[in-house]
Amino acid sequence: MSTLGFLLRRPLSARETAARVGVDRLGALLTLVGAAGLFLLPFVAFKANRILPGDPHGLAEVLPTWAAFGCWATFAAVAGVALLAVNAPLRLAAALAGLVVTAIALAAAANALTPPHDLIVRVAPGAGFWLLLAALGLLATDAITRMRPGPGARVLLLALFLGAAGLTLAHGTFDHVSVMREYAVNAAAFALAARQHILLSLGSLGAAVIVALPLGVFCHRAPRLQPGVLSALNIIQTIPSIALFGILMAPLGALAAHVPLAAAVGIRGIGAAPAVLALFLYSLLPIVANTVAGLKRVSPATVEAALGMGMTRWQTLMGVELVLALPVILTGIRIVLVQNIGLVTVAALIGGGGFGTFVFGGIGQAATDLVLLGAIPTVVLAFSAAVLLDALVERLDRIRQ
Amino acid sequence: MIVIESLTKRYGSTTAVDDVSMVIERNSITVIVGTSGSGKSTLLRMINRLIEPTSGRVLIDGRATESEPGYVLRRRIGYVIQGHGLFPHRTVAENIGTVPRLLGWEEGRIRARTAQLLTALQLDPGQYSEKYPHQLSGGQQQRVGVARALAAEPAVLLMDEPFGALDPIIREKAQDDLLDIQRKFGTTVVLVTHDIDEAFRLGDRVAVMSAGRLIQYDRPDVLVTRPADALVARMTGSAERAMRLLSLTTAGEAALPLTACEAGVDGLVVPTSASLREVLSELVWRGGDCATVVDANGTPCGRLTVTAIMARGRSR
Repeated sequence: MSTLGFLLRRPLSARETAARVGVDRLGALLTLVGAAGLFLLPFVAFKANRILPGDPHGLAEVLPTWAAFGCWATFAAVAGVALLAVNAPLRLAAALAGLVVTAIALAAAANALTPPHDLIVRVAPGAGFWLLLAALGLLATDAITRMRPGPGARVLLLALFLGAAGLTLAHGTFDHVSVMREYAVNAAAFALAARQHILLSLGSLGAAVIVALPLGVFCHRAPRLQPGVLSALNIIQTIPSIALFGILMAPLGALAAHVPLAAAVGIRGIGAAPAVLALFLYSLLPIVANTVAGLKRVSPATVEAALGMGMTRWQTLMGVELVLALPVILTGIRIVLVQNIGLVTVAALIGGGGFGTFVFGGIGQAATDLVLLGAIPTVVLAFSAAVLLDALVERLDRIRQ
Repeated sequence: MIVIESLTKRYGSTTAVDDVSMVIERNSITVIVGTSGSGKSTLLRMINRLIEPTSGRVLIDGRATESEPGYVLRRRIGYVIQGHGLFPHRTVAENIGTVPRLLGWEEGRIRARTAQLLTALQLDPGQYSEKYPHQLSGGQQQRVGVARALAAEPAVLLMDEPFGALDPIIREKAQDDLLDIQRKFGTTVVLVTHDIDEAFRLGDRVAVMSAGRLIQYDRPDVLVTRPADALVARMTGSAERAMRLLSLTTAGEAALPLTACEAGVDGLVVPTSASLREVLSELVWRGGDCATVVDANGTPCGRLTVTAIMARGRSR
């Protein structure tokens, strides 16, 4: 144990001491990953235009010497904390400091490499940047997990993260970074895609809840029909998404061709209609299965007492059974929402819109930055949905159990 | 008064309850006892129509239960089950207020009734009203279950193995509480149990069921002295039937005039509420042959001798 490590430690319980003699294992792994990213891989890639392969540059090549040393010193300190410190808030602070320095270094590198008023060249984050980001992100997540924050604190952390990211982006800190260059060109399309993406995810989820909740209650009440319903939904779940879009194209196209009303409300073989329908079908199984599981968890004595006191079947269902099953049902809804946010990306293939437009557009043009412009917000959206719904489930569970 | 007329419940080819008729007096405790599968719970649940009978009918105070929707009927009948069935997501006060709320009582009346019931069941309303069921002990949960069943002042209280989940010491206390509550509110109680001791302890009348049929329905002492068949005799325990009989009579009821024997100051002193079984057991333990019975103020009001006690345990 180094003197530094000793200073960083708070008094340990006997169990913690036993568990944490020596170097933190996760910290060691993340230090290795981060160091590899920093020293072995390029931090940024300089491209003469958006589709050319880039020239790799290390941190020291693009930043002034004093700045590069500042970065290395910070990363060394973060590694020290990751390896030796037990105090979770300290680990979190170190990880956040590392992330901030990494982000500033990227922005500075982009600014340094871009000639003034040049809109053609691209400075893209390199593999080294991504590895550093991953290592520091994992360190931060691990520290947060160790702090065991309550649901409210987790939502607050998410809001702080999104707020900070939004402010820096709006401020123009990363305007010379390749992905933001793509954004500047596609700003209008981005806003539209974001709206479509959220609408498609939430719309299909809403429709699925309306159908799946009663279906789950029905399965619970009629246990003999339950295996049939669940295996039918299971089969739908096993169809790959692209295949399902394809399967739906023909009937929806025929419907639009023969029923003018269907065409008038926007039902077509391609576009949003098959996307929503496919996402809706995928959403059914998790919600139905979790509704059944949640209702099964309600103690039979509670239901019998409710009926025995003179509550009607409907009052018992709405006031007792569904309320008690709600945390489990919400877990199903969380699975569906995160799954849909991911799947909507694929819907771009059949003209459904959303962030997938950029991903597939980028693949088609061999423009990695455009792919990232679609992929990064999708990940942020899915992550935020997961954190929010997890917090909600935990909060309900705390009150009700 | 509850009149049960030829009540029958069949599930396919099996008959759970087979043509049972009985009359349950007002303000009394009737215990239905039987082994599992004897149909006792089914019979109880047909009284509040949680189970609809195949044939036969039930009249409560002269009114047929099928004359109104089942859920309306059940709001007038208290119902307590094993494992209490409290709503885990509602506080004690909300649990107790369930039926009054269904009946549309105003909040002030619900609050007052909740406080009255909690006090009657020895739970401080200030301390327990806002607690959740999981924060209570098993005995407290059971008492809240009883309070919830009594909330809307039902004339009839149905209890299905209400003390089955309690350990023996708490169970005895809960049984005493039930006797107190029944006396205080004058409720007609119908209780189902498989525990014959509980049946003797609580029942003004005991109904013995087996294989869906009502074998015998009478006062507990008659069950001991004149069992209808071998099953009832076995159930009441032929080896200790004298003791069981003694447990049904209190010292107050059996006390002789004060002059019957001369007990010294160190002789056994018993309250009027003690059962003869307890008095005899204590006399055997201490080696005496006479006890002084005292009233609630501690004033001697009678004497009990071993001979007099033994006479009470004899088959008539």
